[in-house]
Amino acid sequence: MLNLFLLLFAGYIAGLLLPLCCPAKPRIQNILAHGSAGLASGAGILLGVTGLFAPEPWTASVQSTLPFLTFAIRLDPLAALFVLTISLVGLAASIYALGYVTEFYGRASIAVLGSLFNGFLLSMTLVVIADNGFFFLIVWELMSLLSYFLVVTEHGKAEVRYAGLFYLIMTHVGTAFIILAFLIFFQGGGSFSFEAFRHPEQPLSEGMRTLVFLMVLIGFGTKAGIVPLHVWLPYAHPAAPSHISALMSGVMIKTAIYALVRVYFDFLGGQFPWWWGFVVLVIGAVSALLGVMYALMEHDLKSLLAYHSVENIGIILLGIGAGMIFQTFGLTEFAALGLLAGLYHTINHAMFKALLFLGAGSLLYATHTRNMEEYGGLLRRMPWTGVFFLIGAVSISALPPTNGFVSEWLVFQSLFLSFHLPTVLLKLMLPLAAAMLALTSVLALTCFAKAFGISFLALPRSSHARQAEEVPITMRIAMGMLAVVCVLLGLAPMVVVPMLDRVVAPFAGLSIEGKVLALDGWALAPVNVEFSSLSPMALALLLIALSALGLLLAVAFGGLVKQRYYKTWGCGINLTARMEYTATGFVQPIKRVFGAIYQPTVKLETELLKESRYFAKRRHFEFHIEPVFQKYLYDPVVAFFIGMAERLRVIQGGSLHLYLAYIFVTLIVLLLFAV
Amino acid sequence: MLQAIFLVVAQTIVLLAVSPFIVGLIKKVKARLQLRRGASVFQPYADLAKLFRKEPVVSTTTSWIFTATPYIVFASTLAAGLLVPIFVSRTPLNFAGNIIAVVYLLALGTFFLMLAGLDAGSAFGGMGSSREAIVASLTEPAMILSIFAIALTKGSTNLSTIVHKTALLEGIVTDPSPYLMALAALFIVAIAETGRVPVDNPATHLELTMIHEAMVLEYSGRYLALIEWAAGLKLAVFLSLIANIFAPWGIATTLAPAAMGIGLVAYLLKIAGLAMLIGVIECMFAKLRLFRVTDLLGVAFILALLGLLFFYILRS
Repeated sequence: MLNLFLLLFAGYIAGLLLPLCCPAKPRIQNILAHGSAGLASGAGILLGVTGLFAPEPWTASVQSTLPFLTFAIRLDPLAALFVLTISLVGLAASIYALGYVTEFYGRASIAVLGSLFNGFLLSMTLVVIADNGFFFLIVWELMSLLSYFLVVTEHGKAEVRYAGLFYLIMTHVGTAFIILAFLIFFQGGGSFSFEAFRHPEQPLSEGMRTLVFLMVLIGFGTKAGIVPLHVWLPYAHPAAPSHISALMSGVMIKTAIYALVRVYFDFLGGQFPWWWGFVVLVIGAVSALLGVMYALMEHDLKSLLAYHSVENIGIILLGIGAGMIFQTFGLTEFAALGLLAGLYHTINHAMFKALLFLGAGSLLYATHTRNMEEYGGLLRRMPWTGVFFLIGAVSISALPPTNGFVSEWLVFQSLFLSFHLPTVLLKLMLPLAAAMLALTSVLALTCFAKAFGISFLALPRSSHARQAEEVPITMRIAMGMLAVVCVLLGLAPMVVVPMLDRVVAPFAGLSIEGKVLALDGWALAPVNVEFSSLSPMALALLLIALSALGLLLAVAFGGLVKQRYYKTWGCGINLTARMEYTATGFVQPIKRVFGAIYQPTVKLETELLKESRYFAKRRHFEFHIEPVFQKYLYDPVVAFFIGMAERLRVIQGGSLHLYLAYIFVTLIVLLLFAV
Repeated sequence: MLQAIFLVVAQTIVLLAVSPFIVGLIKKVKARLQLRRGASVFQPYADLAKLFRKEPVVSTTTSWIFTATPYIVFASTLAAGLLVPIFVSRTPLNFAGNIIAVVYLLALGTFFLMLAGLDAGSAFGGMGSSREAIVASLTEPAMILSIFAIALTKGSTNLSTIVHKTALLEGIVTDPSPYLMALAALFIVAIAETGRVPVDNPATHLELTMIHEAMVLEYSGRYLALIEWAAGLKLAVFLSLIANIFAPWGIATTLAPAAMGIGLVAYLLKIAGLAMLIGVIECMFAKLRLFRVTDLLGVAFILALLGLLFFYILRS
């Protein structure tokens, strides 16, 4: 395992340094950077798989010269699962980047972009295998900073700079909370090693544990994008180059999920009051619902996908929160099921979200716009991208028999098992969360019917779309790879569940593989076959067989009738793209029904002809939805800080003498204190 | 194994055969109540046969999604139907999916119909898809909650288990109020999901009112036949769900030929009764405005929630 790790490390370091060291053509730099990243992530996949099935966690460490800082790594099944996920998406992103970054030749430094890409992947991998609090914070910070630099790749644009700044501030506020939580652990254990966090010399008091719970939730929640800390996500993720967006949305926010599981189930030993799980559950339900609702109103394809990340983090937290509640009441089997469902959805979301972002990148590459209203008819022009995007869309909409459906189904089952809980409040709240999950998933389905339908179907809506061509082969291979993984993750739970079971078993204290799988692994049946069962493979075969039956019936009853092609009826005139339903129009009923959440404002200005008030010369239509969180939560804070800064400006006279006087006065005051 | 295959094939045939009959029966009841003679209840069979033989016209604007959708919708609806017990309480495909799988299989069909609606590029299709989306999103939470209320009383989310236990009178609660509320909620959901009055009107082709019909407006020939058949199947799935979850009596709990015969007759009678009820409702109510549908579906959601609440209160 050491060899695999060294290979991974060397690969990323080579990818980090080589492009910077050799002043070559962008083409060479591209191949050097993304080739090494591809090799390193290949090694990462092997490392993840071996780590998952290793009998004992693998550890290694190098002592630094600084006290408390040890470069310690530990690869237990939980870490290995995330290494595997990061590396899989990393491999796809590396292959994709070979083709995609040709867009940036001459516009940005390929050497810098490529080397940051390698550094970002390396820091994410180190985050999940770090075994020392200090070391963890360093790589965590590195990950945040590198991703910031990647977000501002196109720093010539004002909105990109704004997105970058927003992200930078939010992520540091989050890190501050994480540092505080780690300091509390340090106080108890006297060391930054995770082993000391796990088994402190003096156990933390109840109050301190609660404080840790909240700090960690806020700190990592900011990175994960839980509501209301999600506001940076829809700015930062779309601003980055698309393969970076895929990494950020697909895996970077998942490192926060890793950390939450690590702290709650590992460091705190899975011992918590019921309201912790309840808080996580409520945050999950709210994030899921609001995430998808805001996604629906978004017509920038990449922002839409970013909001869907908020939604899916919510679904993951529903599973984990249910697991935590069951854990409190000693229902360990169900606790393991909830956690397993959450982690299953974590991997699935990594795969289909990365796939969708790469798909969005391909559309951007082909059309040079992110606005969905300018797409249309792309399935005929970009058949491969279209098919891959459709697989991603079906998966994220949780439709059977895809992977998204399987993990959401497991989340549903763990919520339904709530009738075993002792209190009526929880017995009611968990099914209510299931109802919110149902609403979320139908809205997600609507959103992707919109995203796919408006982008890929019907007539092209602009010249950009008319001139679009299929993307280079490397980009198609990357998307195809992720699409295949998505399909396999759904059809083969007998491979995925044992892997997840190895992750969950140490925390739950028991293995539930035998309880979740039935029929030699061809069906899922938590917790027994009488309660529920699902066989994705059987459903897939059934759907194929019944489609064939449909074809057969059509031929049997009607014979082989030839079909005729003719243009769509356009009410007597030729159909143009302007007669099509727009993305805005498509979601109008939803905007209206959920008006209380969106608080839409519509502005319609009409300039009439002088001769007649029945004919308009010009119409101007504007519509906004209220950015509630930004307006009522963030703007006041920002205004407060700016106001404070304004007041403090009084002391900033600009005279050197004055500043010297300040220093003098400060010294005197400090001396007075010292005496 | 052979027995299982026989049962699956039998269930497929029954579902395929019965679904046009349901549509025909509803139309007949409506006609009689409106003092018309109406077409024969077997008219939908003739319509399907005619459509299959007609030359389909496909828009040049469309992609492969448009021609693939009818098959996907047909397959997913029929697959959902095969997971629901029809005349034998223990379906062989029980292991393939529980009630959530049924809900999501139907959603798979809806998703592709919504795409197909957008594919032809005409405004009607997009309008239909957009309206279908809002109706679907409001029905789903009510459906999940009402299902859960029922699942609770039987301690299972597997349809076969639920139906089997109810048929054998196991776990029947003394106070039927949770049941009745779940039934009312599921009935409203069924009406909304299958596009019947007062939510949608399958007989209309007026752009102001149509939902489902607008979405499939561009279809013709065998594609339309498959879609119409799938619509009938969806109706059959929902009616079977309601009939067999709330009144499974008569259903075959063993695989004896006589029991299955009785089960089939009982099933047909129950389905016919429910179809007639829908016909009566369609005559009694006017179609609601799209934005009033939310109130109706809100009622369904609250009913399902109350059913759940009542269940726990009665227990404790």
